[in-house]
Amino acid sequence: MKLTLKIWRQGGNYKGEFVTYTLNEVNEHMSFLEMLDVLNEQLVAQKEEPVAFEHDCREGICGTCSLVIDGRAHGPMKGTTTCQVHMRHYNDGDTIVIEPFRAKAFPVIKDLVVDRSAFDRIIQAGGYVSVNTGQAQDANSTPIEKDQASHAFDAAACIGCGACVAACPNASAMLFTSAKISHLALLPQGQVERQRRVIEMIAQMDKEGFGKCSNVKACEAECPKEISVENIARMNREYISAVLTSNVKA
Amino acid sequence: MATALDPKLDSKIPSGELAEKWTHYKGTVPLVAPNNKRRIDIIVVGSGLAGASAAASLGELGYNVKCFTFHDSPRRAHSIAAQGGINAAKNYKNDGDSVYRLFYDTIKGGDYRAREANVHRLAEVSGLIIDQCVAQGVPFARDYGGLLDNRSFGGTQVSRTFYARGQTGQQLLIGAYQALSRQVAEGTVKLYNRHEMLDVVVVNGQCRGVIVRNLLTGQLERHAGHAVVLATGGYGNVFYLSTNAMMCNVTASWRAHRRGAFFGNPCYTQIHPTCIPVSGDYQSKLTLMSESLRNDGRCWVPKDPADRLKHPSQIPEEARDYYLERRYPAFGNLVPRDIASRAAKIECDNGKGVGQSGLAVYLDFADAIKRLGKETVEARYGNLFEMYEKITGDNPYEVPMRIYPAVHYTMGGLWVDYNLMTSIPGLYAAGEANFSDHGANRLGASALMQGLADGYFVLPYTIGAYLSNEIRTGKISTDLPEFEAAENEVRDRINRLKNLGGSQSVESFHRRLGKIMWEYCGMERTEAGLKHAIEMIRKLREEFWTDAFVPGRVDEYNPELEKAWRVADFIELGELMCVDALHRNESCGGHFRGEYQTDEGEALRDDENFMYVAAWEFKGENQEPELHKEPLQYEVVKVSQRSYK
Repeated sequence: MKLTLKIWRQGGNYKGEFVTYTLNEVNEHMSFLEMLDVLNEQLVAQKEEPVAFEHDCREGICGTCSLVIDGRAHGPMKGTTTCQVHMRHYNDGDTIVIEPFRAKAFPVIKDLVVDRSAFDRIIQAGGYVSVNTGQAQDANSTPIEKDQASHAFDAAACIGCGACVAACPNASAMLFTSAKISHLALLPQGQVERQRRVIEMIAQMDKEGFGKCSNVKACEAECPKEISVENIARMNREYISAVLTSNVKA
Repeated sequence: MATALDPKLDSKIPSGELAEKWTHYKGTVPLVAPNNKRRIDIIVVGSGLAGASAAASLGELGYNVKCFTFHDSPRRAHSIAAQGGINAAKNYKNDGDSVYRLFYDTIKGGDYRAREANVHRLAEVSGLIIDQCVAQGVPFARDYGGLLDNRSFGGTQVSRTFYARGQTGQQLLIGAYQALSRQVAEGTVKLYNRHEMLDVVVVNGQCRGVIVRNLLTGQLERHAGHAVVLATGGYGNVFYLSTNAMMCNVTASWRAHRRGAFFGNPCYTQIHPTCIPVSGDYQSKLTLMSESLRNDGRCWVPKDPADRLKHPSQIPEEARDYYLERRYPAFGNLVPRDIASRAAKIECDNGKGVGQSGLAVYLDFADAIKRLGKETVEARYGNLFEMYEKITGDNPYEVPMRIYPAVHYTMGGLWVDYNLMTSIPGLYAAGEANFSDHGANRLGASALMQGLADGYFVLPYTIGAYLSNEIRTGKISTDLPEFEAAENEVRDRINRLKNLGGSQSVESFHRRLGKIMWEYCGMERTEAGLKHAIEMIRKLREEFWTDAFVPGRVDEYNPELEKAWRVADFIELGELMCVDALHRNESCGGHFRGEYQTDEGEALRDDENFMYVAAWEFKGENQEPELHKEPLQYEVVKVSQRSYK
């Protein structure tokens, strides 16, 4: 099939603009990123600079790929990362608009590549259980109710891609942050640091320049791992409780 | 044992009974006092399971750690993609498991080409890993009593695999990443995202640091340390198409090799039996379908090659050949990976491969769905089925999956001694980057185990033995002439790549290298094929250095330049792999030489002449590498022909 691509180019020779490319022979079995590989090979053959985009595992788990495709983070398919979108969902003659994840806290590095290190700093603020190597007790000494563990898992499935931020009109990182807070708050291992964690992670989230949640729920709709906004509600509850009852300064 | 001990290959295996070695070692190894640890700098390259767990654990101990990753975040490392699980000898299932049995299965699975002492240590610490991960909040699968669940994996007859849905690697890596993040917050680990190591610096025979490139600015940086740990993964991408992530590469290991670190068993490659088949030339990578699927899925091909293009529903039961169950009744669909892969290849070579390409077999869940119900199958494999459907457009609940083997893991890697130290003093290799524990074939769910064993429970002890001699060294200066020389060499090579000005894309060279490797150094190798491959690779290398084209600038974010450097290293590695495969005149595990097989087509080892680790020494550009042999001594396990029948 033949496609027209409108791709955001920024950095190098580009000030920040959409550039139009055409691809004449796109195979329907290609993945979306393989389609971009073909474009880049074409550009390199013409001694032009290829489009910078990030990707790695290409199986939907590393969280490296991004892209806003026709206005939607990770493209048109529900619960799917960009690397798992295949061209069979497009038709001959389509025009596809491709942009980076846009947010103040995700500055553009080049073309479609943005800096998501703010997420690392949110985790560093408390997204862990403080247990040194070798301090653990036997793994079966603390039974965890199956559904509870499964619930924690649903939150822990977050791949840290940042689609929630890109989808949110406020560029809020509350789905990401709340997923980690929920994962650990739902498990017995996370109890000791529960209050400190929520206060410090939220403080870091605000410091990074992410917006607030106004219940649009676009984050949940676009999350490739379908992380629920319930987590945001839980985070808010955790936060209020921690602020009112703990000694940690909010 | 005919092979004499090579003085350059001291494996430093502690004396004593096998089961006592590690305990005795830990009790007597020299330590570094807390006040001295503060004065010691350690560089960890890589942030996957091995790198993140090592950096976190060393930081907790009080060393000054710098951790480098070329990713935008440590959490992206390819460990994250591991699906099936992690082995541990917990015997929670009461099914007869033990440290010895895990040790034995691993040695046998590796076709008697791994070191007994290393593997036993791995089995000993396996249970601690599960404890540690659960304490970190890793949400392993549980049963209704709230206790941990297990499943079985290929090459074993017990259920010892802990799992977190089909995302075990992700959950374990996030656990290690969080432990690492905690140390970053505490200031014991300094994290360098988007920095790629391009050389190690050796001063007076000791590794003293690294040269890294800031991938955003192109700036070269010098970093000094009293020890350097490479946890930089495997080199499966030498085949271009593999299940490895796109950025996985051999550069860190290869650069260390060129500086004097021996490369161990480079030809030992794992071809994973259950991957989604290749669909076209544009394809950039292959996707693994977890081995756990073989617990309930049955592999088959039509008995009659004429049926191969028929819809599977039109092929009746009696016209199907469940070839693994037929050939290996004791293990059936759960034979080790090398055996399952070769069996699939044999069926396809005999014209029974299904689908247009003829390079696929069926993995069928109809029986499992009948026996367990769709819901149970969905609970076990739902996310894998979904992934399969996204890629192929087929629904595996209704039609059998089509699978074919693909390159997945490399057992070979930098040669290390019992301490995980390479042949350059002060330079360590951990996880898939070393050659140490899997022999000629790795069992499923053992990669996660080894990566975390190395990082959490081995290196933190063994590195202290070396560093206890470094407490008086003081800060190491990056102004030393060796740093300057290494940096200049890196800069020259980058400029050379940039100025090639040829006409072919780097990607096209990588693709061509991959085709050569897959054809001649893949599932079956022959003397003639390997010799031909070596010739072709040499020509390819020449062509690369005259006709490749690298766009963009050196002083900016330039993924094409990164790729060019990595592909150039892959080409050199590819040649060494073929040289190693050619010299090993036997078949063992993942290394199958057509000339050496039993009447039944199984791998035929030659223990008399090849029961050794092949460690290759780099002798200079365009020089033949020198082979060093570390004999393998089996004191406990009785070496025999591997049988899964």
